[in-house]
Amino acid sequence: MSERKSEPGARPAVGRRRRWLRPQMFPYLLLVPAVVFELLIHIVPMVFGVVISFLKLTALYIRNWSQAPFVGFENFRIGLNTHGAIGSALVHSFLITLAYTVLVVAGSWGFGVAAALLVNSEFRGRGWFRTLFLIPYTLPIYVAVIAWEFMLQQNTGSINTLLVDDLHILKNPPFWLIGGKAFWSLVMTALWRSWPFAFLLVLAALQNIPQDLYEAAAVDGASRWRQFRSITLPQIRPVSTVVVLVLFLWTFNDFNTPYILFGQSPPSAADLLSLHIYVNSFVDLNFGLGAAMSTLLLIFLFIVSVVYVRLLRVGSEENA
Amino acid sequence: MNGRGISRKEFLKAGGGALAGASVVGLAGCGGGQSSGGSSGGGGGKAGKTLTYWASNQAPTLQDDRRILSKAISDFRKKTGIKVKLQVIGWPDLFNRITTAISSGQGPDVLNIGNTWSPTFQQTGAFLPFDQGALGAIGGKDKFIETAYHTSGMHEPYPSVPLYGLAYGLFYNKAMFEQAGIKSPPRTWDEFVAVARKLTKPPKQWGFALEGASITENAHWAFILGQQQGGSLFKGNKPTFDSPGVVRGVAQYVGFIDKDRIVAPQDAQYGTGTQSPTDFAKGKAAMLIWQNNIMTNLKSYGMKESQYGTSYMPIPKPLPPGGKPIMSHTAGINISIFKNTQNRKGALQFVRFMTDRKTQVYLNQQFGSLPVNKEAASDPAFHTENLRVFQDVYANHSAPMPLVPDEGQMETLVGGAVKTLFGKAATGRVGTSDVKSQLAAASQKMAAGGGA
Repeated sequence: MSERKSEPGARPAVGRRRRWLRPQMFPYLLLVPAVVFELLIHIVPMVFGVVISFLKLTALYIRNWSQAPFVGFENFRIGLNTHGAIGSALVHSFLITLAYTVLVVAGSWGFGVAAALLVNSEFRGRGWFRTLFLIPYTLPIYVAVIAWEFMLQQNTGSINTLLVDDLHILKNPPFWLIGGKAFWSLVMTALWRSWPFAFLLVLAALQNIPQDLYEAAAVDGASRWRQFRSITLPQIRPVSTVVVLVLFLWTFNDFNTPYILFGQSPPSAADLLSLHIYVNSFVDLNFGLGAAMSTLLLIFLFIVSVVYVRLLRVGSEENA
Repeated sequence: MNGRGISRKEFLKAGGGALAGASVVGLAGCGGGQSSGGSSGGGGGKAGKTLTYWASNQAPTLQDDRRILSKAISDFRKKTGIKVKLQVIGWPDLFNRITTAISSGQGPDVLNIGNTWSPTFQQTGAFLPFDQGALGAIGGKDKFIETAYHTSGMHEPYPSVPLYGLAYGLFYNKAMFEQAGIKSPPRTWDEFVAVARKLTKPPKQWGFALEGASITENAHWAFILGQQQGGSLFKGNKPTFDSPGVVRGVAQYVGFIDKDRIVAPQDAQYGTGTQSPTDFAKGKAAMLIWQNNIMTNLKSYGMKESQYGTSYMPIPKPLPPGGKPIMSHTAGINISIFKNTQNRKGALQFVRFMTDRKTQVYLNQQFGSLPVNKEAASDPAFHTENLRVFQDVYANHSAPMPLVPDEGQMETLVGGAVKTLFGKAATGRVGTSDVKSQLAAASQKMAAGGGA
């Protein structure tokens, strides 16, 4: 020991062990399992997906996909060629998905805020309403969507019974699951499923707003609307931004709703991107093309997320 | 880990297949993939005395399938000592399960496939080819009805052999025909429409019922009516879905809703394969054109066999130039062996057992299908008044669906296009130009996608 101490620049073994186990390292050590699983579950398959997008991976090669020929950007070219049938169908599907996402996210947020405001004030039976509002979110997605599928049937569905036989709003029962109205059926079903999520988070945010802000505003003569605009909205803004981003990503990627409602061949008006990619990959057995479409979707969602987050950061700095 | 670890190629081989599916799903954010193989993993089991068998759904319920097959499997065990682990898989899942099994290499030993899938699966090379040796082990190809045998793949040696035979035919409600004063079932399409109009009394009763949202039904109809009209879905390997004959055939089929008005518009959204047979069984539709195995379903829906008659699918009269008087595609279910089975001998024994006379008589009687074994086909059980038509159509008036590598993709694209057209027909009017443009787009998608 004494000899070692005398050596210039030498550090004791104990000291080295101490440095390795520095307390600052401990949190990183705890993160290792999560990082490993994240890599295995998300990152590695994602990288494989990108690799596949450069291959002509069709039924011929599914048994030994490493033999699939490399085709460079050919799958991307086919997917982006808007003059071709596949490219134009992809663009059509993208636009449908965009419209669907905007409507569902905006509607979910709007309903969520309205419902949260409603049950945030004191009244008898408030707890029941809170529970009631959460039912769509607690139901298994398959059960919820299949129930809508039954209700939307043209000849036997309860929606047409209500509109035609009970309320006499319509003379003839419309088709909700085929043709152009399929899009609105999709929006309605997804909206019904999603809004309680916004409701739940916004309600939590509302409960954290100090009451004295409203009292002060009331003393200053601010109307209810003014209080909502100047106090409630800014206070729930951080939660709302997260809600909108998460709902956007979930809705844009929604596979379950269209698949359960329409199966593998949705009407053109309801051909959402996730299902479109699924059909190209797993039904048509063209995994290369499907992976290229998925990669394009991934890039789009990544850009949207980055832009959204940056915009919000700028906004909060300005507000500050 | 040793110093060099595994090579890139080894890694890709080991994990790549499974990840291929998972990656696309992961990227797309969807969940279509299925785990496969169950406990069998690679099939066979170490003892070599156990086989895993994926059976398709033939009976009205999966439980019925299990009950029927269990008896046959038990006979097989008594005979050979080989245990068979049975899994009955519904049609909506079977294709995915098989493709996932192929990509991961983890599949059953023996499995059922739709016979129209055989060309697609043949090119994957995942199934044991029935070459001279394998055919010899199962009793030779001569035991099969020739038409049935030739639905087994693109070219010999085939990746499958036939198991159950099916053909389309016309079912008609005897009481409704009698009430309307109709003496005999229609044999031409003109007669068919005239009879159906007579029997249509909307909104409660319609002349005919169909499944407008069923992709596979639509694809079959497009093929059959297209052939009758002199059209073809392929020229060589090139898709020609919008050839004039196919366009005429599809326009005729879709026109049953909007032009002829003999089908309830709601049939455009039927796609489960149970709704129009139920309407027929309940007397809401007077005619149904379906494969013979629907007879077991009709019974379960409460319709007695004496209440309906069967006849041939109509044909155009006169036939247009190039038109063929076919009345069905050669439909049916095949049986295959996974190439990487660890119990090849046992698997071949099982296929032999399943396609032998005695088992064929039992299973086809139970499932309402037709035997593919020549000797079994002569059994009196399959020569009943109602089944005779199907026997004849299957053996003499059917043609196999196009035996091309992309058959599966063709069914999706053509069937999907027809489904869209039905959607339009139910809410408006479909012109020949609509039919042509939809089929042209489907054809273009197939050509551009490269498929297989």
